[in-house]
Amino acid sequence: MNILQVQNLEVVYNDVVLVLKGLSLDVASGSITTLLGANGAGKSTTLKAVSGLLAGENGKVTSGSVLYDGADTVRLSPEKLVRAGVFQVMEGRRIFEDLTVEENLRCGAYTQPARLFAHNAEKVYSYFPRLRERRHQLAGYMSGGEQQMLAIGRAVMACPKLLLLDEPSLGLAPLLVEEIFDIVRRINATEGVSVLLVEQNARMALSLADYGYIMENGRIVMDGKGEDLLRNPDVQEFYLGLGHGGEKRSYHDVKHYRRRKRWLG
Amino acid sequence: MEYYLQLIINGLVVGSIYSLVALGFVIIFKATKVVNFAQGELVMVGAYICFALTVQFQLPFLASFLLTLVFSIVLATVVERLILRPLIGEPIISVIMVTIGLSSMLKSFVQMVWGTQIQVFPAILPQEPYMLLGLPIAPVYVAAFGLSALLFGVFSLFFKYSSLGIAMRATAFDQQAAQSMGIGIKSIFALSWCIAAVVSSIGGIILGNINGINAQLGHLGLKVFPAVILGGLDSLLGAALGGLIIGVLENICEGAAKDLFGLGGFKEVASFLILVVILMVKPYGLFGTKEIERV
Ligand SMILES: Nc1ncnc2c1ncn2[C@@H]1O[C@H](COP(=O)(O)OP(=O)(O)OP(=O)(O)O)[C@@H](O)[C@H]1O
Ligand SMILES: [Mg+2]
Repeated sequence: MNILQVQNLEVVYNDVVLVLKGLSLDVASGSITTLLGANGAGKSTTLKAVSGLLAGENGKVTSGSVLYDGADTVRLSPEKLVRAGVFQVMEGRRIFEDLTVEENLRCGAYTQPARLFAHNAEKVYSYFPRLRERRHQLAGYMSGGEQQMLAIGRAVMACPKLLLLDEPSLGLAPLLVEEIFDIVRRINATEGVSVLLVEQNARMALSLADYGYIMENGRIVMDGKGEDLLRNPDVQEFYLGLGHGGEKRSYHDVKHYRRRKRWLG
Repeated sequence: MEYYLQLIINGLVVGSIYSLVALGFVIIFKATKVVNFAQGELVMVGAYICFALTVQFQLPFLASFLLTLVFSIVLATVVERLILRPLIGEPIISVIMVTIGLSSMLKSFVQMVWGTQIQVFPAILPQEPYMLLGLPIAPVYVAAFGLSALLFGVFSLFFKYSSLGIAMRATAFDQQAAQSMGIGIKSIFALSWCIAAVVSSIGGIILGNINGINAQLGHLGLKVFPAVILGGLDSLLGAALGGLIIGVLENICEGAAKDLFGLGGFKEVASFLILVVILMVKPYGLFGTKEIERV
Protein backbone atom coordinates (compact mmCIF):
# COMPACT_ATOMS: atom_id res chain seq x y z
CA MET A 1 0.00 0.00 0.00
CA ASN A 2 1.30 3.40 -0.97
CA ILE A 3 0.08 6.43 0.89
CA LEU A 4 1.47 8.68 -1.84
CA GLN A 5 1.88 8.06 -5.55
CA VAL A 6 3.27 10.78 -7.77
CA GLN A 7 2.93 9.94 -11.43
CA ASN A 8 4.60 11.71 -14.37
CA LEU A 9 4.34 15.04 -12.65
CA GLU A 10 5.09 18.18 -14.60
CA VAL A 11 5.29 21.54 -12.86
CA VAL A 12 5.68 24.93 -14.48
CA TYR A 13 6.50 28.20 -12.68
CA ASN A 14 5.17 31.50 -14.01
CA ASP A 15 3.74 29.70 -17.04
CA VAL A 16 7.20 29.32 -18.57
CA VAL A 17 9.79 27.53 -16.45
CA LEU A 18 9.36 23.77 -16.60
CA VAL A 19 10.85 22.48 -13.36
CA LEU A 20 9.48 18.95 -12.95
CA LYS A 21 9.61 16.97 -16.15
CA GLY A 22 7.62 13.82 -15.57
CA LEU A 23 8.61 12.89 -12.04
CA SER A 24 7.24 9.70 -10.48
CA LEU A 25 7.72 8.36 -6.99
CA ASP A 26 5.87 6.36 -4.35
CA VAL A 27 5.84 6.53 -0.59
CA ALA A 28 4.82 3.26 1.04
CA SER A 29 2.47 3.57 4.02
CA GLY A 30 4.42 3.73 7.25
CA SER A 31 7.77 4.08 5.53
CA ILE A 32 10.45 6.74 5.48
CA THR A 33 11.25 7.57 1.88
CA THR A 34 13.95 10.01 0.94
CA LEU A 35 14.33 12.22 -2.11
CA LEU A 36 17.87 13.33 -2.87
CA GLY A 37 19.31 15.64 -5.47
CA ALA A 38 21.51 18.63 -6.13
CA ASN A 39 20.50 22.25 -5.63
CA GLY A 40 17.80 23.28 -8.02
CA ALA A 41 16.88 19.71 -9.00
CA GLY A 42 13.27 20.34 -8.02
CA LYS A 43 13.00 18.62 -4.65
CA SER A 44 11.19 21.42 -2.86
CA THR A 45 8.96 21.87 -5.88
CA THR A 46 7.98 18.21 -5.64
CA LEU A 47 7.01 18.59 -1.99
CA LYS A 48 5.02 21.75 -2.67
CA ALA A 49 3.17 20.03 -5.47
CA VAL A 50 2.13 17.37 -2.96
CA SER A 51 1.17 19.80 -0.18
CA GLY A 52 -0.67 22.27 -2.40
CA LEU A 53 1.69 25.15 -1.68
CA LEU A 54 2.64 25.67 -5.32
CA ALA A 55 -0.24 27.97 -6.15
CA GLY A 56 1.04 30.67 -3.82
CA GLU A 57 4.29 30.74 -5.81
CA ASN A 58 2.72 30.94 -9.21
CA GLY A 59 3.54 27.30 -9.85
CA LYS A 60 1.19 24.95 -11.63
CA VAL A 61 0.90 21.22 -12.15
CA THR A 62 0.50 20.95 -15.91
CA SER A 63 0.31 17.20 -16.21
CA GLY A 64 0.54 14.01 -14.21
CA SER A 65 -1.13 13.23 -10.92
CA VAL A 66 -0.60 13.19 -7.18
CA LEU A 67 -2.53 10.40 -5.47
CA TYR A 68 -2.78 10.63 -1.69
CA ASP A 69 -4.56 7.67 -0.14
CA GLY A 70 -5.64 6.78 -3.64
CA ALA A 71 -7.37 10.08 -4.42
CA ASP A 72 -6.08 12.80 -6.73
CA THR A 73 -5.20 15.89 -4.70
CA VAL A 74 -3.67 18.19 -7.30
CA ARG A 75 -6.48 20.74 -7.11
CA LEU A 76 -6.85 20.77 -3.32
CA SER A 77 -5.93 23.81 -1.23
CA PRO A 78 -3.23 23.49 1.42
CA GLU A 79 -5.88 23.85 4.16
CA LYS A 80 -7.80 20.86 2.86
CA LEU A 81 -4.63 18.84 2.52
CA VAL A 82 -3.49 19.59 6.06
CA ARG A 83 -6.91 18.53 7.30
CA ALA A 84 -6.59 15.36 5.25
CA GLY A 85 -3.25 14.61 6.92
CA VAL A 86 -0.56 15.97 4.58
CA PHE A 87 1.83 18.32 6.37
CA GLN A 88 4.92 19.96 4.91
CA VAL A 89 7.75 21.24 7.08
CA MET A 90 9.11 23.85 4.73
CA GLU A 91 12.73 24.44 3.86
CA GLY A 92 14.40 26.98 6.14
CA ARG A 93 12.11 26.14 9.12
CA ARG A 94 9.85 29.17 8.56
CA ILE A 95 8.89 29.52 12.19
CA PHE A 96 6.82 32.51 13.28
CA GLU A 97 9.55 34.51 14.94
CA ASP A 98 7.45 37.02 16.80
CA LEU A 99 5.23 34.33 18.31
CA THR A 100 6.28 32.31 21.33
CA VAL A 101 7.20 28.65 21.06
CA GLU A 102 3.84 27.60 22.40
CA GLU A 103 1.97 29.94 20.06
CA ASN A 104 3.87 28.39 17.18
CA LEU A 105 2.61 25.01 18.35
CA ARG A 106 -0.92 26.42 18.48
CA CYS A 107 -0.52 27.31 14.82
CA GLY A 108 0.55 23.76 14.05
CA ALA A 109 -2.55 22.56 15.89
CA TYR A 110 -4.80 24.98 14.00
CA THR A 111 -6.75 22.23 12.23
CA GLN A 112 -7.07 20.05 15.36
CA PRO A 113 -9.79 20.28 18.02
CA ALA A 114 -8.70 22.51 20.92
CA ARG A 115 -9.20 19.78 23.50
CA LEU A 116 -6.33 17.75 21.98
CA PHE A 117 -3.85 20.60 22.36
CA ALA A 118 -2.51 19.78 25.81
CA HIS A 119 -2.04 16.13 24.97
CA ASN A 120 -0.29 16.78 21.66
CA ALA A 121 1.89 19.54 23.10
CA GLU A 122 2.96 17.10 25.79
CA LYS A 123 3.97 14.71 23.03
CA VAL A 124 6.05 17.39 21.31
CA TYR A 125 7.72 18.34 24.58
CA SER A 126 8.62 14.72 25.23
CA TYR A 127 10.30 14.49 21.82
CA PHE A 128 11.98 17.86 22.28
CA PRO A 129 12.44 18.63 25.98
CA ARG A 130 14.29 21.81 25.06
CA LEU A 131 11.10 23.26 23.64
CA ARG A 132 9.34 22.81 26.96
CA GLU A 133 11.92 24.92 28.76
CA ARG A 134 11.56 27.64 26.16
CA ARG A 135 7.87 27.51 25.54
CA HIS A 136 7.12 31.09 26.60
CA GLN A 137 10.12 32.48 24.75
CA LEU A 138 9.86 34.27 21.44
CA ALA A 139 10.67 31.72 18.76
CA GLY A 140 12.84 34.19 16.85
CA TYR A 141 15.40 34.18 19.64
CA MET A 142 15.99 30.43 19.53
CA SER A 143 19.00 28.76 17.94
CA GLY A 144 18.76 27.21 14.48
CA GLY A 145 18.56 23.71 15.93
CA GLU A 146 15.79 24.64 18.33
CA GLN A 147 13.92 26.31 15.50
CA GLN A 148 14.12 23.12 13.46
CA MET A 149 12.80 21.18 16.43
CA LEU A 150 9.96 23.65 16.68
CA ALA A 151 9.23 23.29 12.98
CA ILE A 152 8.95 19.53 13.37
CA GLY A 153 7.03 19.97 16.61
CA ARG A 154 4.44 22.07 14.81
CA ALA A 155 4.02 19.23 12.35
CA VAL A 156 3.46 16.73 15.15
CA MET A 157 0.71 19.01 16.51
CA ALA A 158 -1.20 18.59 13.26
CA CYS A 159 -1.29 14.78 13.64
CA PRO A 160 -0.37 14.17 9.98
CA LYS A 161 -0.45 10.87 8.17
CA LEU A 162 2.10 11.96 5.61
CA LEU A 163 4.93 14.21 6.75
CA LEU A 164 6.94 16.06 4.11
CA LEU A 165 10.29 17.22 5.49
CA ASP A 166 12.34 19.64 3.42
CA GLU A 167 16.02 19.62 4.38
CA PRO A 168 15.70 19.42 8.15
CA SER A 169 19.50 19.18 8.46
CA LEU A 170 20.09 22.52 6.75
CA GLY A 171 22.76 24.48 8.60
CA LEU A 172 22.87 22.24 11.68
CA ALA A 173 25.90 20.72 13.40
CA PRO A 174 26.36 16.97 12.71
CA LEU A 175 25.45 15.95 16.24
CA LEU A 176 22.21 17.89 16.09
CA VAL A 177 21.40 16.42 12.68
CA GLU A 178 21.73 13.00 14.22
CA GLU A 179 19.43 13.97 17.08
CA ILE A 180 16.82 15.32 14.70
CA PHE A 181 16.95 12.31 12.40
CA ASP A 182 16.62 10.07 15.40
CA ILE A 183 13.45 11.87 16.40
CA VAL A 184 12.10 11.65 12.86
CA ARG A 185 12.59 7.89 13.14
CA ARG A 186 10.77 7.82 16.48
CA ILE A 187 7.90 9.91 15.16
CA ASN A 188 7.64 7.59 12.19
CA ALA A 189 7.59 4.53 14.45
CA THR A 190 5.35 5.71 17.29
CA GLU A 191 2.90 7.95 15.47
CA GLY A 192 2.76 5.71 12.41
CA VAL A 193 3.44 8.71 10.18
CA SER A 194 4.77 8.07 6.68
CA VAL A 195 7.66 10.40 5.88
CA LEU A 196 8.94 11.85 2.63
CA LEU A 197 12.32 13.35 3.47
CA VAL A 198 14.14 15.72 1.13
CA GLU A 199 17.84 15.99 1.94
CA GLN A 200 21.23 17.18 0.82
CA ASN A 201 22.87 15.04 3.46
CA ALA A 202 22.64 11.84 1.43
CA ARG A 203 24.46 9.53 3.79
CA MET A 204 22.32 10.33 6.80
CA ALA A 205 19.15 10.27 4.77
CA LEU A 206 19.85 6.95 3.11
CA SER A 207 20.79 5.25 6.35
CA LEU A 208 17.53 6.43 7.86
CA ALA A 209 15.25 5.77 4.91
CA ASP A 210 13.61 2.55 3.82
CA TYR A 211 13.61 3.66 0.23
CA GLY A 212 15.36 6.41 -1.69
CA TYR A 213 15.01 8.35 -4.91
CA ILE A 214 17.66 10.43 -6.57
CA MET A 215 16.53 13.22 -8.83
CA GLU A 216 18.26 15.45 -11.29
CA ASN A 217 16.83 18.20 -13.36
CA GLY A 218 13.22 17.47 -12.63
CA ARG A 219 13.31 13.70 -13.05
CA ILE A 220 14.11 10.64 -10.97
CA VAL A 221 17.37 9.16 -12.19
CA MET A 222 17.79 6.35 -9.73
CA ASP A 223 15.88 4.66 -6.96
CA GLY A 224 16.22 1.73 -4.61
CA LYS A 225 16.24 0.59 -1.00
CA GLY A 226 18.15 2.87 1.31
CA GLU A 227 20.92 0.41 2.06
CA ASP A 228 21.25 -0.60 -1.61
CA LEU A 229 21.68 3.00 -2.69
CA LEU A 230 24.23 3.51 0.07
CA ARG A 231 26.25 0.63 -1.36
CA ASN A 232 25.75 1.62 -4.98
CA PRO A 233 29.13 2.68 -6.44
CA ASP A 234 27.66 5.52 -8.52
CA VAL A 235 25.86 6.94 -5.53
CA GLN A 236 28.96 6.53 -3.39
CA GLU A 237 31.02 8.31 -5.94
CA PHE A 238 28.78 11.21 -6.80
CA TYR A 239 26.49 11.77 -3.84
CA LEU A 240 28.48 10.55 -0.92
CA GLY A 241 31.72 12.04 -2.19
CA LEU A 242 33.64 8.74 -1.98
CA GLY A 243 35.71 7.39 -4.85
CA HIS A 244 36.22 3.64 -5.12
CA GLY A 245 39.45 4.00 -3.24
CA GLY A 246 37.72 6.02 -0.55
CA GLU A 247 39.29 9.35 -1.55
CA LYS A 248 37.16 12.42 -2.16
CA ARG A 249 36.41 13.28 -5.76
CA SER A 250 36.43 16.83 -6.92
CA TYR A 251 33.37 18.83 -7.78
CA HIS A 252 34.54 18.88 -11.39
CA ASP A 253 33.94 15.14 -11.64
CA VAL A 254 30.53 15.52 -10.20
CA LYS A 255 29.69 18.12 -12.78
CA HIS A 256 31.06 15.85 -15.46
CA TYR A 257 28.86 13.07 -14.18
CA ARG A 258 25.84 15.32 -14.28
CA ARG A 259 26.58 16.27 -17.82
CA ARG A 260 26.88 12.61 -18.73
CA LYS A 261 23.71 11.85 -16.87
CA ARG A 262 21.85 14.57 -18.66
CA TRP A 263 22.85 13.19 -22.03
CA LEU A 264 21.81 9.72 -20.97
CA GLY A 265 18.55 10.82 -19.42
CA MET B 1 -4.93 75.34 34.05
CA GLU B 2 -8.46 74.13 34.03
CA TYR B 3 -8.61 75.10 30.39
CA TYR B 4 -5.71 72.78 29.59
CA LEU B 5 -7.06 69.95 31.71
CA GLN B 6 -10.26 70.17 29.76
CA LEU B 7 -8.23 70.07 26.54
CA ILE B 8 -6.43 66.95 27.70
CA ILE B 9 -9.68 65.22 28.55
CA ASN B 10 -11.23 66.10 25.20
CA GLY B 11 -8.01 64.97 23.55
CA LEU B 12 -8.13 61.61 25.29
CA VAL B 13 -11.69 61.02 24.17
CA VAL B 14 -11.10 61.96 20.56
CA GLY B 15 -7.78 60.14 20.74
CA SER B 16 -9.48 56.97 21.88
CA ILE B 17 -11.55 57.11 18.70
CA TYR B 18 -8.42 57.65 16.62
CA SER B 19 -7.04 54.60 18.41
CA LEU B 20 -10.00 52.48 17.38
CA VAL B 21 -9.70 53.49 13.77
CA ALA B 22 -5.95 53.01 13.92
CA LEU B 23 -6.56 49.55 15.32
CA GLY B 24 -8.62 48.70 12.27
CA PHE B 25 -5.98 50.11 9.98
CA VAL B 26 -3.19 48.17 11.68
CA ILE B 27 -5.11 44.90 11.62
CA ILE B 28 -5.60 45.14 7.87
CA PHE B 29 -2.03 46.21 7.32
CA LYS B 30 -0.60 43.42 9.46
CA ALA B 31 -2.63 40.62 7.98
CA THR B 32 -2.80 41.64 4.35
CA LYS B 33 -0.06 44.28 3.90
CA VAL B 34 -2.70 46.55 2.39
CA VAL B 35 -2.43 50.25 3.28
CA ASN B 36 -6.09 51.11 3.51
CA PHE B 37 -6.82 54.68 2.52
CA ALA B 38 -10.53 54.05 2.93
CA GLN B 39 -10.33 53.52 6.69
CA GLY B 40 -11.86 56.93 7.43
CA GLU B 41 -14.71 56.24 5.03
CA LEU B 42 -15.50 53.04 6.90
CA VAL B 43 -15.91 55.25 9.97
CA MET B 44 -18.19 57.58 8.06
CA VAL B 45 -20.36 54.87 6.54
CA GLY B 46 -20.80 53.25 9.95
CA ALA B 47 -21.85 56.54 11.48
CA TYR B 48 -24.36 57.29 8.71
CA ILE B 49 -25.91 53.85 8.74
CA CYS B 50 -26.45 54.06 12.48
CA PHE B 51 -27.81 57.59 12.08
CA ALA B 52 -30.24 56.45 9.39
CA LEU B 53 -31.47 53.53 11.45
CA THR B 54 -32.00 55.57 14.62
CA VAL B 55 -33.32 58.80 13.15
CA GLN B 56 -34.89 57.89 9.83
CA PHE B 57 -36.13 54.41 10.70
CA GLN B 58 -36.78 55.22 14.36
CA LEU B 59 -35.19 52.03 15.68
CA PRO B 60 -34.02 51.91 19.28
CA PHE B 61 -30.38 52.93 19.51
CA LEU B 62 -29.11 49.55 20.64
CA ALA B 63 -30.80 47.80 17.73
CA SER B 64 -29.41 50.22 15.19
CA PHE B 65 -25.98 49.94 16.79
CA LEU B 66 -26.00 46.16 16.36
CA LEU B 67 -27.47 46.34 12.87
CA THR B 68 -24.74 48.79 11.90
CA LEU B 69 -22.14 46.27 13.00
CA VAL B 70 -23.82 43.60 10.90
CA PHE B 71 -23.86 45.98 7.97
CA SER B 72 -20.14 46.72 8.45
CA ILE B 73 -19.34 43.04 8.37
CA VAL B 74 -21.28 42.59 5.15
CA LEU B 75 -19.68 45.65 3.58
CA ALA B 76 -16.18 44.53 4.56
CA THR B 77 -16.75 41.04 3.25
CA VAL B 78 -17.98 42.34 -0.07
CA VAL B 79 -15.13 44.82 -0.41
CA GLU B 80 -12.53 42.23 0.47
CA ARG B 81 -13.99 39.54 -1.72
CA LEU B 82 -14.78 41.60 -4.82
CA ILE B 83 -12.20 44.37 -4.76
CA LEU B 84 -9.13 43.32 -2.84
CA ARG B 85 -8.84 39.59 -3.21
CA PRO B 86 -8.38 39.71 -6.98
CA LEU B 87 -5.47 42.06 -6.33
CA ILE B 88 -3.49 39.65 -4.15
CA GLY B 89 0.02 39.55 -5.52
CA GLU B 90 -0.38 42.74 -7.57
CA PRO B 91 1.96 45.69 -7.05
CA ILE B 92 1.40 47.60 -3.84
CA ILE B 93 0.71 50.82 -5.70
CA SER B 94 -2.27 49.29 -7.51
CA VAL B 95 -3.70 48.16 -4.22
CA ILE B 96 -3.26 51.61 -2.72
CA MET B 97 -4.95 53.23 -5.71
CA VAL B 98 -7.85 50.85 -5.31
CA THR B 99 -8.35 51.76 -1.66
CA ILE B 100 -8.24 55.45 -2.60
CA GLY B 101 -10.89 54.76 -5.23
CA LEU B 102 -12.92 52.91 -2.67
CA SER B 103 -12.76 55.88 -0.31
CA SER B 104 -14.15 58.20 -3.02
CA MET B 105 -16.91 55.75 -3.83
CA LEU B 106 -18.00 55.45 -0.22
CA LYS B 107 -17.90 59.20 0.24
CA SER B 108 -19.96 59.90 -2.88
CA PHE B 109 -22.43 57.28 -1.80
CA VAL B 110 -22.91 59.00 1.54
CA GLN B 111 -23.25 62.44 -0.05
CA MET B 112 -25.76 61.09 -2.54
CA VAL B 113 -27.98 59.57 0.10
CA TRP B 114 -27.64 61.97 3.01
CA GLY B 115 -26.32 65.18 1.50
CA THR B 116 -23.45 67.24 2.88
CA GLN B 117 -24.98 69.14 5.78
CA ILE B 118 -24.29 68.16 9.36
CA GLN B 119 -26.62 65.61 10.93
CA VAL B 120 -27.16 65.27 14.64
CA PHE B 121 -27.73 62.09 16.59
CA PRO B 122 -30.46 62.23 19.22
CA ALA B 123 -29.01 62.27 22.74
CA ILE B 124 -28.82 58.71 24.01
CA LEU B 125 -27.03 59.26 27.27
CA PRO B 126 -28.05 61.71 29.99
CA GLN B 127 -26.73 65.26 29.48
CA GLU B 128 -26.01 65.91 33.15
CA PRO B 129 -22.17 65.98 33.38
CA TYR B 130 -20.12 64.02 35.89
CA MET B 131 -17.65 65.95 37.95
CA LEU B 132 -14.04 64.78 37.78
CA LEU B 133 -11.35 66.77 39.58
CA GLY B 134 -13.77 69.63 39.61
CA LEU B 135 -14.25 69.45 35.85
CA PRO B 136 -17.57 68.69 34.22
CA ILE B 137 -17.38 65.68 31.88
CA ALA B 138 -20.25 64.61 29.66
CA PRO B 139 -21.38 61.01 30.13
CA VAL B 140 -20.99 60.42 26.40
CA TYR B 141 -17.27 61.15 26.80
CA VAL B 142 -16.96 58.62 29.56
CA ALA B 143 -18.85 56.06 27.51
CA ALA B 144 -16.70 56.76 24.45
CA PHE B 145 -13.48 56.30 26.32
CA GLY B 146 -14.76 53.23 28.16
CA LEU B 147 -15.99 51.55 25.01
CA SER B 148 -12.69 52.10 23.21
CA ALA B 149 -10.74 50.77 26.15
CA LEU B 150 -13.04 47.76 26.33
CA LEU B 151 -12.57 47.00 22.64
CA PHE B 152 -8.82 47.23 22.97
CA GLY B 153 -8.94 44.86 25.90
CA VAL B 154 -11.06 42.39 23.98
CA PHE B 155 -8.78 42.45 20.95
CA SER B 156 -5.62 42.10 22.99
CA LEU B 157 -7.05 38.97 24.58
CA PHE B 158 -8.23 37.74 21.19
CA PHE B 159 -4.78 38.09 19.63
CA LYS B 160 -3.03 36.63 22.62
CA TYR B 161 -5.18 33.63 23.45
CA SER B 162 -7.58 32.56 20.71
CA SER B 163 -6.48 30.20 17.96
CA LEU B 164 -7.88 32.51 15.35
CA GLY B 165 -6.05 35.52 16.79
CA ILE B 166 -2.78 33.63 16.91
CA ALA B 167 -3.36 32.41 13.35
CA MET B 168 -3.85 36.03 12.29
CA ARG B 169 -0.52 36.99 13.80
CA ALA B 170 1.13 33.99 12.17
CA THR B 171 -0.32 35.00 8.80
CA ALA B 172 0.98 38.51 9.33
CA PHE B 173 4.45 37.13 9.86
CA ASP B 174 4.65 34.58 7.03
CA GLN B 175 1.67 33.87 4.79
CA GLN B 176 3.04 30.78 3.10
CA ALA B 177 4.17 29.21 6.34
CA ALA B 178 0.72 29.93 7.78
CA GLN B 179 -0.85 28.19 4.80
CA SER B 180 1.39 25.20 5.39
CA MET B 181 -0.17 24.92 8.88
CA GLY B 182 -3.61 24.62 7.34
CA ILE B 183 -4.56 28.22 8.12
CA GLY B 184 -6.92 29.50 5.41
CA ILE B 185 -5.31 32.83 4.71
CA LYS B 186 -8.18 34.04 2.56
CA SER B 187 -10.57 33.78 5.48
CA ILE B 188 -7.97 35.52 7.62
CA PHE B 189 -7.90 38.39 5.12
CA ALA B 190 -11.68 38.61 5.14
CA LEU B 191 -11.75 38.49 8.93
CA SER B 192 -9.23 41.34 9.16
CA TRP B 193 -11.41 43.53 7.00
CA CYS B 194 -14.47 42.67 9.07
CA ILE B 195 -12.76 43.53 12.34
CA ALA B 196 -11.41 46.75 10.87
CA ALA B 197 -14.83 47.77 9.58
CA VAL B 198 -16.51 46.94 12.87
CA VAL B 199 -14.13 48.91 15.08
CA SER B 200 -14.17 51.82 12.63
CA SER B 201 -17.93 52.04 12.55
CA ILE B 202 -18.04 51.88 16.33
CA GLY B 203 -15.63 54.82 16.26
CA GLY B 204 -17.95 56.59 13.82
CA ILE B 205 -21.01 56.01 15.96
CA ILE B 206 -19.27 57.34 19.06
CA LEU B 207 -18.07 60.39 17.19
CA GLY B 208 -21.53 60.97 15.79
CA ASN B 209 -22.92 60.99 19.31
CA ILE B 210 -20.37 63.54 20.40
CA ASN B 211 -20.09 65.91 17.46
CA GLY B 212 -22.74 64.98 14.93
CA ILE B 213 -21.72 63.78 11.51
CA ASN B 214 -21.14 65.21 8.09
CA ALA B 215 -19.62 63.96 4.87
CA GLN B 216 -16.18 65.21 5.92
CA LEU B 217 -16.00 62.57 8.64
CA GLY B 218 -13.84 60.44 6.37
CA HIS B 219 -10.97 62.90 6.83
CA LEU B 220 -10.57 61.23 10.17
CA GLY B 221 -8.78 58.52 8.20
CA LEU B 222 -5.97 60.99 7.56
CA LYS B 223 -5.59 61.65 11.28
CA VAL B 224 -5.08 57.99 11.74
CA PHE B 225 -1.87 58.03 9.73
CA PRO B 226 0.07 60.05 12.27
CA ALA B 227 -1.38 57.81 14.97
CA VAL B 228 -0.34 54.53 13.36
CA ILE B 229 2.99 55.73 12.11
CA LEU B 230 3.73 57.13 15.51
CA GLY B 231 2.77 53.85 17.14
CA GLY B 232 4.59 51.73 14.58
CA LEU B 233 2.64 50.41 11.63
CA ASP B 234 2.30 46.91 13.00
CA SER B 235 1.65 47.22 16.70
CA LEU B 236 -1.72 47.17 18.45
CA LEU B 237 -0.47 48.79 21.61
CA GLY B 238 1.20 51.33 19.37
CA ALA B 239 -2.10 52.07 17.66
CA ALA B 240 -3.76 52.63 21.02
CA LEU B 241 -1.11 54.95 22.38
CA GLY B 242 -0.50 56.64 19.04
CA GLY B 243 -4.18 57.54 18.82
CA LEU B 244 -4.30 58.88 22.36
CA ILE B 245 -1.11 60.88 21.97
CA ILE B 246 -2.23 62.47 18.72
CA GLY B 247 -5.63 63.25 20.19
CA VAL B 248 -4.19 64.95 23.25
CA LEU B 249 -1.38 66.78 21.49
CA GLU B 250 -3.54 68.19 18.74
CA ASN B 251 -6.03 69.50 21.27
CA ILE B 252 -3.32 71.08 23.37
CA CYS B 253 -1.61 72.63 20.33
CA GLU B 254 -4.89 74.01 19.10
CA GLY B 255 -5.76 75.34 22.52
CA ALA B 256 -2.34 76.82 23.12
CA ALA B 257 -2.25 78.48 19.73
CA LYS B 258 -5.59 80.08 20.45
CA ASP B 259 -4.75 80.96 24.04
CA LEU B 260 -1.29 82.39 23.46
CA PHE B 261 -1.30 83.70 19.91
CA GLY B 262 -4.97 83.99 19.11
CA LEU B 263 -4.54 81.64 16.16
CA GLY B 264 -7.30 79.22 15.16
CA GLY B 265 -7.45 76.09 13.01
CA PHE B 266 -4.13 74.78 14.20
CA LYS B 267 -5.63 71.38 14.97
CA GLU B 268 -5.46 69.98 11.46
CA VAL B 269 -1.74 70.53 11.01
CA ALA B 270 -0.70 69.87 14.59
CA SER B 271 -0.82 66.10 14.35
CA PHE B 272 1.35 66.05 11.26
CA LEU B 273 3.90 68.40 12.81
CA ILE B 274 4.06 66.14 15.84
CA LEU B 275 4.50 63.17 13.56
CA VAL B 276 7.47 64.69 11.78
CA VAL B 277 9.17 65.60 15.03
CA ILE B 278 8.70 62.18 16.58
CA LEU B 279 9.82 60.30 13.50
CA MET B 280 13.02 62.28 13.46
CA VAL B 281 13.74 60.89 16.91
CA LYS B 282 12.30 57.38 16.51
CA PRO B 283 12.17 56.34 12.84
CA TYR B 284 10.36 53.05 13.54
CA GLY B 285 7.66 54.76 15.54
CA LEU B 286 7.31 54.18 19.25
CA PHE B 287 6.55 50.48 19.07
CA GLY B 288 7.33 49.38 15.52
CA THR B 289 9.25 46.16 15.03
CA LYS B 290 12.84 46.25 14.09
CA GLU B 291 13.30 42.74 12.69
CA ILE B 292 14.68 40.29 15.23
CA GLU B 293 18.38 39.90 14.62
CA ARG B 294 20.05 36.82 16.01
CA VAL B 295 23.79 36.82 16.35
N1 LIG C 1 8.67 30.31 -7.16
C1 LIG C 1 9.48 30.00 -8.18
N2 LIG C 1 9.39 30.69 -9.33
C2 LIG C 1 10.20 30.39 -10.38
N3 LIG C 1 11.11 29.42 -10.35
C3 LIG C 1 11.24 28.69 -9.24
C4 LIG C 1 10.43 28.95 -8.10
N4 LIG C 1 10.77 28.09 -7.12
C5 LIG C 1 11.75 27.32 -7.65
N5 LIG C 1 12.03 27.67 -8.91
C6 LIG C 1 13.03 27.06 -9.76
O1 LIG C 1 12.75 25.70 -9.86
C7 LIG C 1 13.95 24.94 -9.79
C8 LIG C 1 13.84 23.90 -8.70
O2 LIG C 1 13.71 24.56 -7.47
P1 LIG C 1 13.52 23.78 -6.11
O3 LIG C 1 13.41 24.78 -5.03
O4 LIG C 1 12.43 22.80 -6.24
O5 LIG C 1 14.92 23.03 -6.01
P2 LIG C 1 15.50 22.14 -4.84
O6 LIG C 1 15.82 20.81 -5.40
O7 LIG C 1 14.62 22.16 -3.66
O8 LIG C 1 16.85 22.91 -4.54
P3 LIG C 1 17.58 23.17 -3.13
O9 LIG C 1 18.33 21.93 -2.79
O10 LIG C 1 18.51 24.31 -3.44
O11 LIG C 1 16.55 23.55 -2.14
C9 LIG C 1 15.08 25.94 -9.58
O12 LIG C 1 15.72 26.11 -10.81
C10 LIG C 1 14.40 27.18 -9.15
O13 LIG C 1 15.08 28.29 -9.64
MG1 LIG D 1 14.73 23.00 -1.81
